[in-house]
Amino acid sequence: MSASPPLVRMHGIHKAFGPVKVLEGVDFELVRGEVHALMGENGAGKSTLMKILTGIYAPDQGGIDVDGQAVSITSPAEAEKYGIAIIHQELNLIPALSIADNLFLGRELSRFGLLDRKAMTKRAMEWLARVGMTRLDPDTRIERLSVGQQQMVEIARALGQNARVLIMDEPTAALTESETNTLFKLIRELREQGTGIVYVSHRMEEIFALCDRISILRDGQFVGTRDVPGLAFDEVVKMMVGRTLDARFPARTPKIGEVRLKVEHLSGGMVKDVSFDLHAGEVLGVAGLLGAGRTELARLLFGLDKTGSGQVSLDGVTVTPKTPTEAIQAGLGFVTEDRKAQGLVLDMSLRENVSLPRVPAHAGLVDRPGEKKQTRGLIDALKIRTRDMELDVRALSGGNQQKVVLAKWLALKPRVLILDEPTRGVDVGGKAEIYHIINQLAEQGVAILMISSELPEVLAMSDRILVMHEGKATALLEAHGATQEAVMTAATGGK
Amino acid sequence: MTLMQRLGSVIGLLLLFVVLSIMSPDFLSTGNLLTVLRQVSINALIAFGMTFVILAGGIDLSVGAILALTGAVTAGLMASGHGMVLAVGAGLGLGLVLGIINGVLVSWGKVAPFIATLGTMTLLRGLTLSYTQGSPIPVTNQSFALLGGGYVANLIPLPVIWMFVAFVVCAFLLRGTVFGRHVVAIGGNEEAARLSGVRISPMKLAIYGLSGLLSAFAGVVLTSRLYSAQATAGAGYELDAIAAVVLGGTSLAGGRGWLFGTLVGALLIGFLNNGLNLLGVSSFYQQVVKGIVILIAVLLDRRQ
Repeated sequence: MSASPPLVRMHGIHKAFGPVKVLEGVDFELVRGEVHALMGENGAGKSTLMKILTGIYAPDQGGIDVDGQAVSITSPAEAEKYGIAIIHQELNLIPALSIADNLFLGRELSRFGLLDRKAMTKRAMEWLARVGMTRLDPDTRIERLSVGQQQMVEIARALGQNARVLIMDEPTAALTESETNTLFKLIRELREQGTGIVYVSHRMEEIFALCDRISILRDGQFVGTRDVPGLAFDEVVKMMVGRTLDARFPARTPKIGEVRLKVEHLSGGMVKDVSFDLHAGEVLGVAGLLGAGRTELARLLFGLDKTGSGQVSLDGVTVTPKTPTEAIQAGLGFVTEDRKAQGLVLDMSLRENVSLPRVPAHAGLVDRPGEKKQTRGLIDALKIRTRDMELDVRALSGGNQQKVVLAKWLALKPRVLILDEPTRGVDVGGKAEIYHIINQLAEQGVAILMISSELPEVLAMSDRILVMHEGKATALLEAHGATQEAVMTAATGGK
Repeated sequence: MTLMQRLGSVIGLLLLFVVLSIMSPDFLSTGNLLTVLRQVSINALIAFGMTFVILAGGIDLSVGAILALTGAVTAGLMASGHGMVLAVGAGLGLGLVLGIINGVLVSWGKVAPFIATLGTMTLLRGLTLSYTQGSPIPVTNQSFALLGGGYVANLIPLPVIWMFVAFVVCAFLLRGTVFGRHVVAIGGNEEAARLSGVRISPMKLAIYGLSGLLSAFAGVVLTSRLYSAQATAGAGYELDAIAAVVLGGTSLAGGRGWLFGTLVGALLIGFLNNGLNLLGVSSFYQQVVKGIVILIAVLLDRRQ
């Protein structure tokens, strides 16, 4: 390390919530001009550590130094005073207000007690220029911006408040490829200017491409900090899960059967004339950029949106589900991308969530023993880690929640299972388990349509890959031998 | 729900019991307790239906107005010479239909429940006033008068029996049936429920229908007990019912709650009224105390 003290040094941080120890003696250091990845499985304590740094929680033990001075950060406002800002995964902007209004929310510029709009607009343009968004008009309402642009506005706000420490939580989760590139370019520029960036993410490729150092937490313990150059991928995984994973993507012997789902010239909403066959026992990956119409395709098949034209048949029988209920009766299941908003009832127990699509019942009366037995079986089969099936699913980790969503559909024994981003926000260990479940289902003859934005996942897990671009299917590739480049070319509309 | 949230209302009720029995010697007499139970029964019947609506993430402001109109129609039919069975059947059927209309407005019309039922509440009040021409409709049918005025074993008022029967049926409906499960799921996350194949619109018709039916039943019992139907009957009952549900620990946001809590909430309000009466507190201050109790209960619930 250089002579100047680190921007931030957290040492010996302990934090418990009641009897649950979340952090046990964690150290973390951030120096000027570095991008420092913070990694760990879900529940390892990353977000708690960052909440302590931003003054949302107070540590039980341990201290924080900023620029070598011991400080106590007891509120987000104080964190801001020390130049520490966080860019949340869920963006904290008010959609109906303009960019300028949002940038100055809570610290509006005024003259004689009246809002000084002219000064705020001018300052907003300067701030936007710092994040390279010179083409944005500060008077534009937030709701008219893309997710990537909104994120840039958040970063601009943090920089405008003289942030020297920028914490980013899964910043690329909702970004398109080009937005991600823009963000990375900005992050590198900020690093040049001396900003310290904490980068919280599960995306290994991004971290290796972008970060200088990695710190790893496991079960609330500090495992270590490593320099990225020369670091092996497997080493990081081992530090995170405490063991070597057999394989990142478990292998499967494909047993492809008859055509199960036949989609011909399907159009509706932004989906335009999509045709493909999905066989029993096959995993058909669906790749494409954000907004390519992949989720919309799934919604059409599941009866959530109105079909314009085209034909869908399941095992030779034409199906036209107009509601999810009809789709489920036809034999379809749909694991949606947003498990909290669409997949789970967070205040209901694991048991009640699993049996939501079909409650075991006789004549409308719940068969409680049957329901418990079914839930127990699925907990075992999917290795869901929970003390009690009666606990609210809110209390489960992301990976376990995702398994509950899968369990919900497995209980129905669907013939076709649509998976939309099945491993989003799930840690490395959980991902491997979900891949294993997908493989098992395919081996049992379930036809699987797997939408994913993670190219390595699509390439490794699929038998064939359907690539979409602006609502159209631009390529149908054999996964074996396909390259990321070939998929990206089709996904961006190239030939 | 945590155990504390569940037990909060029960502990509150027990505390109230202890305090009132110390402060007023008349409080614990069988006669007084049964009288209070009879008073509570009307609010409890409405509040049971309201529990389903609130659990599903809605609200029903029209319950008091449904009570008044169905009571008036029941009394009116008997006054014009129809039999008791037909009159009661028509009253209950009307309540069910009115509730279903609320459900249609909310599900297919996509009107916010607060606004939809505010509208039907106003409309039904007006209909009741024009139907009764503003004057009470007297009840002369003696067997009908037993529904709300009769006793079992010369001791327990019939409305109390209705309340407990309705409680058992509703509690079973909520905990033991697929219908009840889906009610909670809709209130907890309507989108997830829809994607899981729960038919949202028919469910909402049934939920508001149930609320309408129970309000009509309360209307029939009240009309019977008072020997007459009044256009202004049930004014403000919607707020007492909502208060009972919330006091019982059910979340106004939906998805969390239980029916036993509602029963306890209704009893709390009833015994509080009774206690304040026994202690000779002026009716002006009674409202103040009731308001404070509701606020404290909700604040305690939020703290957890």
